[in-house]
Amino acid sequence: MSFLRTEALSRSFGGLAAVAGVDLSVEPGEIRAIIGPNGAGKTTLVSLISGRVPPSSGRIEFDGDDITALKPWERVLRGIVYTFQITSIFRNLTLAENVMLAAQRAASRDQPLWRGLDDRAVTQAVDAALERVGLASRAQELAGELAYGHQRLLEVAMGLALRPKLLILDEPTQGLSEQEIADFCALVRSIAMDATILLIEHNMDVVMALAQRITVMNNGALLAEGTPDQIMNHAEVQRAYLGT
Amino acid sequence: MTGRARVWVLHGGVILLLFLLQFVLPDYHHTNVARIMVLATYAIGYNLLIGYTGLLSLGHAMFFATGLYGAGLPIYYFGLHPVAGFLLGALLALVLAFVVGLIVLRTSGVAFMIVTMMFAQAFFLATLYFNGVTRGDEGLVLAAEARRFGFLGLDLDLAEPATRYNMALSLFTGALLICLALVRSPLGRVMIAIRENEERTRMLGYNARDYKLLALSLSGLLSGAAGAAYVLLFAYMGSSFAAIQYSILPLLWVLLGGIGTVIGPLIGTALMFYLIDKTSEVMQSYLIVVGAVLVALVLFFPKGLAGTLRQRYARWLP
Repeated sequence: MSFLRTEALSRSFGGLAAVAGVDLSVEPGEIRAIIGPNGAGKTTLVSLISGRVPPSSGRIEFDGDDITALKPWERVLRGIVYTFQITSIFRNLTLAENVMLAAQRAASRDQPLWRGLDDRAVTQAVDAALERVGLASRAQELAGELAYGHQRLLEVAMGLALRPKLLILDEPTQGLSEQEIADFCALVRSIAMDATILLIEHNMDVVMALAQRITVMNNGALLAEGTPDQIMNHAEVQRAYLGT
Repeated sequence: MTGRARVWVLHGGVILLLFLLQFVLPDYHHTNVARIMVLATYAIGYNLLIGYTGLLSLGHAMFFATGLYGAGLPIYYFGLHPVAGFLLGALLALVLAFVVGLIVLRTSGVAFMIVTMMFAQAFFLATLYFNGVTRGDEGLVLAAEARRFGFLGLDLDLAEPATRYNMALSLFTGALLICLALVRSPLGRVMIAIRENEERTRMLGYNARDYKLLALSLSGLLSGAAGAAYVLLFAYMGSSFAAIQYSILPLLWVLLGGIGTVIGPLIGTALMFYLIDKTSEVMQSYLIVVGAVLVALVLFFPKGLAGTLRQRYARWLP
């Protein structure tokens, strides 16, 4: 039984089939990378899984349940957390307030928000999440004033504070320095101890370092799937993507 | 001082100042300030929606007028107890806001402005259509006896200036504290998040529509409470309170005083009130002056007085 499974999942925009008949299956605890050229449908695929975009057809199963009809916020409550490719933070709020919104949601998962929240626990969760991405010292700064790469890390901190079961990272290392990328890889490994990770990434070094399995997409469909070694040596992949 | 202490000192200080003002103000201004506090309560309700949730309504006059008529008509026709009338007016506005919200929240942006305005216009026309009951533009005046009542062992007469002033102050204080507590709570945080980035808020696990409906209902409740207090304290209800002007006024008050600040609505309401009052004393074309002041404020205080102060000097202002 897979943790996440899509069945003939499709989405068209007008006449364009952005995702066409994708059967994807991810095991619990896995770090799965999704790679492919620009426009291959990677972001659309994870948007379908997170519920941000409704599918044209097909179905999605998560943790044993059919979640195809669930709204995006209902999927978040079940543990599917999406971090945006195009940074989407609350620019006019502080870092702490940004993460607080995620932390208080996780803390009030099973009850309405106006019923007693444990403020201390929420604050601790905020500090812990910022600490993990290395932004703790800047908690009181406005999010919009961060450098782009650090805004991406804030996205990840918001994701972490939601206590995800499935964390979707959409090009998280864009705009980070070499050292920050190394730290980030360590962070992803530590997150993977208690969550499954879907990683869309262009930086092949990061993909090779982190992923246990790699799914390659092209023109909205799955082109190949396998371990990093298998993918590196896959003839079709090399033609379509690696360009050799 | 910590942020929290500053917030309480500032807002507590404003309440204290308003309380003390009643002992020094001449009669004329005494009545004005009571009126300003009731209207500022309306502005606080409006600000909850536009300032904290980011929804621009052009139809709030229907909530204010629902409070006004919901309290005033039963008192006028059936001799309802004023306290019961107040509660009824506020409650009806809450229910109306919830029901209207179910429909208007299917839209957003400009469509939301237009649909709220349509509902309010329909409400306004209804108050004219049923002029057998409401007396339309001419309105109704509550009799002096209807505003004298016993409550918790006190004999109150709302025509009495001191009673009226302190009732208005209690209402305003209640609204201010509700607003202050709300916007600093987890719930208020979500409302602000919706204002800032609705898509992101949804992807953090919040059903944005439910929170917007809650904000609109609360906003309607406070607006209705202000309307109900208005008819009780000033004894008059008329269709003009349901007209488009009373939907635009709270928008101006809030923009002037500081959108998305707790204290802004009071500042804006008082400023606008006295601006019109003073200029209309000296000239007939006073609206030219009012217009010029508004333009100047937009130029130099684009976020309103309190909003611009917050941006430049006091980031802790809620």
